[in-house]
Amino acid sequence: MFKLWATIRKDSLLLIRDKVGLILMFVMPIALVLVITSIQNSTFELVNENKIPLLVCNKDAGKTGEEFIATLKQIGMFEITQVSNSLSTEALNTTMHEKDALVAIVIPTNFSAAINEKSTEVSSKALQEFGLTSDSLKRGETKKINSIICMYNPVLQHSFLQSINGGLSSAIQIIEGKNLVQHMYVTLNEKPMPETLQMEILKKNISIEEIPAAKDGSKSIPNATQHNVPAWTIFAMFFIVISLGGSVVKEKLSGSYIRLKTLPTNYFVGLLSKQITFLIVTLSQVFVIFSLGIWLFPYISLPKLNLPADLIGLLIVSLLCGWCAISYAICVGTFAQTQEQANGFGAVSIVILAAISGILVPSFAMPQSFAVIMKCSPLYWCLESYYGLFLERGSLTDILENALPIVGFIIIIQGITIVGLKKKNLI
Amino acid sequence: MAEVKSPAIEITHLGFHYAENSGVYFDDFNLRIMEGERFGLFGPNGAGKSTLLSLMTGLLNAQQGTVHLYGQPVQHKSVRKLFGYVPQDFSLYEELSPRENLHFFGAWAGLNQAEIIKRTDELLGVLGLKDVVNKPVKTFSGGMKRRVNLAIGVLHKPAILFLDEPTVGVDIQTRHAVIEYLKELNQQGMTLVYTSHQLTEAEDLCTRIALMDYGKLLACDNTNQLLQTHKESDLESLFLKLTGKAYRN
Repeated sequence: MFKLWATIRKDSLLLIRDKVGLILMFVMPIALVLVITSIQNSTFELVNENKIPLLVCNKDAGKTGEEFIATLKQIGMFEITQVSNSLSTEALNTTMHEKDALVAIVIPTNFSAAINEKSTEVSSKALQEFGLTSDSLKRGETKKINSIICMYNPVLQHSFLQSINGGLSSAIQIIEGKNLVQHMYVTLNEKPMPETLQMEILKKNISIEEIPAAKDGSKSIPNATQHNVPAWTIFAMFFIVISLGGSVVKEKLSGSYIRLKTLPTNYFVGLLSKQITFLIVTLSQVFVIFSLGIWLFPYISLPKLNLPADLIGLLIVSLLCGWCAISYAICVGTFAQTQEQANGFGAVSIVILAAISGILVPSFAMPQSFAVIMKCSPLYWCLESYYGLFLERGSLTDILENALPIVGFIIIIQGITIVGLKKKNLI
Repeated sequence: MAEVKSPAIEITHLGFHYAENSGVYFDDFNLRIMEGERFGLFGPNGAGKSTLLSLMTGLLNAQQGTVHLYGQPVQHKSVRKLFGYVPQDFSLYEELSPRENLHFFGAWAGLNQAEIIKRTDELLGVLGLKDVVNKPVKTFSGGMKRRVNLAIGVLHKPAILFLDEPTVGVDIQTRHAVIEYLKELNQQGMTLVYTSHQLTEAEDLCTRIALMDYGKLLACDNTNQLLQTHKESDLESLFLKLTGKAYRN
């Protein structure tokens, strides 16, 4: 026990004196969590809470164009700025860049006429189907509506553009529906439809209630913090490969391993000491990053981190993630010939493993062919376990199927390390 | 000089070669070093001195034959308490102070906390490191690092001390101090096995020397006897006579 304690003391002193390693282990992940959560949160707010700046060039001569603009305002998704209807497409492009607008639409000249004509035709067909006649029933070709031109900044992501298209399509459907109802009413009653009835018919009675399907039945809404803090904490834990992997290589190169081999103590004491020391480091990383999410984030206008209900489950998953990260770092250090190799391979491999595990890109957005590959990354199982606790609000028993593969990875990686140490005649 | 007693080290029919073609090849190699001896291994680069030390300390395994320390096979873990090893490289933690290094290696050598504290104070005083006990070793000169390296090797008062070129790259004062300290340890009963390129140290320190090349023992006796047998006036002439004048890589 004294030998283990002396070794833990030695490893702790080496760790404390490695200032660059400490920065990489604590400052870098904190910076990453802050920056990435802020960026994702602002994107989230842009789509969900802020209005999207939209330039509208209304070339329509009738009143439907104006009604369409009013409907767009009612939807509440856009911050509308109307520009002169005499602008050409090229001029509108220039105006977009001048006004920093992401999207602009051009309402065509025959918009009112075409909507009106389509409403007349559809209402007449409908009345005929009901067995009623209409004087206004006309047959023949419907006037083709020129498309509403939607110009967008090329930097916009496809998913963001799709939500803008959704908003515009809703407004068009409302206008078409309103015109159709009005036309039918006038045809049947030979007088304009009262405003109140018009509102009543068009009023949306069924709303969509979004409920996150959490396992504990809670209705807390996932946000950028709940997604990013656990994900980047895992990244931070695995990034200790730079410090720990490098330290293992340094011990090998300095000859300390050789000297230790001549002493009457089993090297497993050394391996155990490194695992205990760095497990304390990874748990400290978890504590620091989660504390930031809970106490600092609300002060900088970011959503607060909500800890899972199963805190013991959280501790066990954090221990497993940290242990897996440490095993990986020691393995890299065992096989690397130089510190540069350990640092280079360690850093690049963690970024790749993070990418395929869903930390950099959400796993649901990955192609089907990646389904098997992502399961080869220990970070994937760590992330799934954390998400099971943080987002699905599950307990340890709910996430066992994700936590057990982490144990499997630990056993495999440690086995490879021991074989490597024996092969290199280091233990 | 301590009284010569029973064999401390006994190498019998040793066979060993590296997988890669390094030129070092031990075949039916035999050597006996008696308790209390100050034994020097000398030879040019590639002679096999460090390899032989690694075989005697169990860092390498003999492919044939046996290596025994005080009658026990060197691969037995219990044997590790019997010897100390001072490698040629500074095999220590340069970010730690001499005291921190000694505390750690002392624990691994099997000493308890009280023994470690006592021995650390003793050794750092004897080796002139008392004023720098808490400074990181990385700030030390080569000579100071050599002394810390030596202190770690003798911390647990081993019966046998293996030293691989312990005076390489140090100034005259440090070399003199190290040699004197080693003689003192030997007078207390410690068997010394020593490798070096410095033939003058052989005369100063060793009671018996072995000249070797390419894994073969060319000559082994005390200095005067060797010079008489080979009719040479000094060790350097004898060394060149036995190992040749060609460059070694």
